[in-house]
Amino acid sequence: MLVLLPLLVPLATALLCALTWTTPRLQRAISAGGAMLLLLCSLALLRQVMAQGAITLVAGNWPLPFGIAFTADHLGTALVLIAALMLSITLLWQESAADAAPVSPALHPLLHGLVAGSTAAFLTADLFNLYVWFEVSLICALGLLVQGGALRQLDAALKYFVLNLVGTLLLLAAVALLHAATGQLNFTALGEAASRLDHSVKLPLLGLLMLAFLIKAAAFPFFAWLPVSYHTLPAPVLALFSALLTKIGICALLRTIAGVFFPAPELLFTLLGWIALLSMVTGVLGAAYHWDMRRILAFHTISQIGYILLAIALSSRAGNAAAIFFALHHSMVKAGLFLVAGLIYRQTGHYDLRRIGGLHAAKPGLAVLFLLLALSLVGIPPLSGFWGKYLIISESFNQGEYLWAGSALFVGFLTLYSMAKIWLEAFWKPHPDRAWRLPTGVRTAPAYAGLCLLVLVTLWVGLVPERLLLFVSDAAATLQGGVP
Amino acid sequence: MIWAVALALGTVIAAGTYLLLSRDLLRCLIGLVLFGNGINLLLFTGGRLTSSLPPIIDAGETALAVTANPLPQALVLTAIVISFALMCFSLVLALQIIQLAGSDDVARLRASEPPSQDGIKPALEEPS
Repeated sequence: MLVLLPLLVPLATALLCALTWTTPRLQRAISAGGAMLLLLCSLALLRQVMAQGAITLVAGNWPLPFGIAFTADHLGTALVLIAALMLSITLLWQESAADAAPVSPALHPLLHGLVAGSTAAFLTADLFNLYVWFEVSLICALGLLVQGGALRQLDAALKYFVLNLVGTLLLLAAVALLHAATGQLNFTALGEAASRLDHSVKLPLLGLLMLAFLIKAAAFPFFAWLPVSYHTLPAPVLALFSALLTKIGICALLRTIAGVFFPAPELLFTLLGWIALLSMVTGVLGAAYHWDMRRILAFHTISQIGYILLAIALSSRAGNAAAIFFALHHSMVKAGLFLVAGLIYRQTGHYDLRRIGGLHAAKPGLAVLFLLLALSLVGIPPLSGFWGKYLIISESFNQGEYLWAGSALFVGFLTLYSMAKIWLEAFWKPHPDRAWRLPTGVRTAPAYAGLCLLVLVTLWVGLVPERLLLFVSDAAATLQGGVP
Repeated sequence: MIWAVALALGTVIAAGTYLLLSRDLLRCLIGLVLFGNGINLLLFTGGRLTSSLPPIIDAGETALAVTANPLPQALVLTAIVISFALMCFSLVLALQIIQLAGSDDVARLRASEPPSQDGIKPALEEPS
């Protein structure tokens, strides 16, 4: 039962929030209560998974290939915990006046619906079910994108919709063909049946599946939906999006190509490696061009997704562990950076770096928070990003992939360039408008509280990485059906 | 029979892809519908085109005789419902966009990523 709670709680909360849309105070209370409950459930689930390994729940207690199964393993549970944590931070941020999302009756149901779709996609052990949860999170994300109703937001929603729908339709096509070839949908049964498939059948089917997940994960050259839509969102919703949406694709990729269908054809991993390399480079170059903080960070997401894909492409247990570590680190740090951008916007009135400045003297605390997160993204020890990059690059060197490892190091320098740009422009240089003064009487305490929590996590992971390193190596082991 | 269905399926998906690449917003969405329906058909035919007997176990029997495969039918029903809901949403979205932008040309729809003013540096963010 505990396995299903991280999906039932947000679903029930979304429903209750939708029913109480006429009384905003009650809706907010239910929403906060639901988020707290979700956080407790995911902590309890994580405790249990760490104690006794993966837990499987089959609907109706049907024998293996017939029932619809949910499996909570290390990877899924960790991502569920991050989803719960980010939802709480988003709702906390909504209580501040720092670029909070406009209050609307649909906001809370959609936020909880998005989390429900994501957590279910992290936990499901059935290929068709995965498609359904992809669509649930897609619908809720679309609802959140059109909340503002301005043309730029609708335009972003349209482009997001078309590209993502093509992705989910390709996933559906892959599901249909895999089901036709094996007669199975359950991950365990599917893995067994697929291992008996001929190589010439397996390669195109898994290739199609991988293509669908790469579109969802915003890899090169399918990333167009991400930089076109992220910067039209208010800061707290944007942080939740950046923590969840691309991770759904990454989690599904890890679970299928690296897990269920292990060993997948070698060609797929070689292709994935080159896609990863191009994602890293194009993402970071796109970021170097832009001046809007949100767009810089959105392009960096593509580059960081490249790192994760590179780790998956190494197709070893250490590589998968590195991918999981990096995905967890990236969810927290990138969300934190988007939140810092929201606070900078609150203090200066703009997201565009050419219109702002002077914050190092006016807001030294915010400057420190930004520096910690930015250096973590770049991969400076002793922050969490250092360990993520270290794992990926050392494993590339171990496998003799010098080009991939060298590119990852080079992209790190360009990441430093972008972060230095935000630092110099927003914090170091004087404000271009001499009449500018810090706004007073703005309620930002809840926003700072959420942000500090994320910074503490990256510091904690950076300084004491052993437990998380052990955890991700267990996660990589359970991914391929092994026992940690 | 299977060849005729395969040919029809390929035609629907090709037509959908062609329309999807159009610059006209509504055609693009119609292409998406066709593409989705082609994939739904694929899901349906994936369960084999065989007997027309319903999958019901007769009294006294313990297993199915030669019958149709019920699982793809259940799957395709789910997929149809989802695609229908998404289609309704996208039509409302498209109408709203056409009204606000005054154009249904996708290539001219640059509201969320405004083109550069001097051709080199990115456009300045509008003060809000």
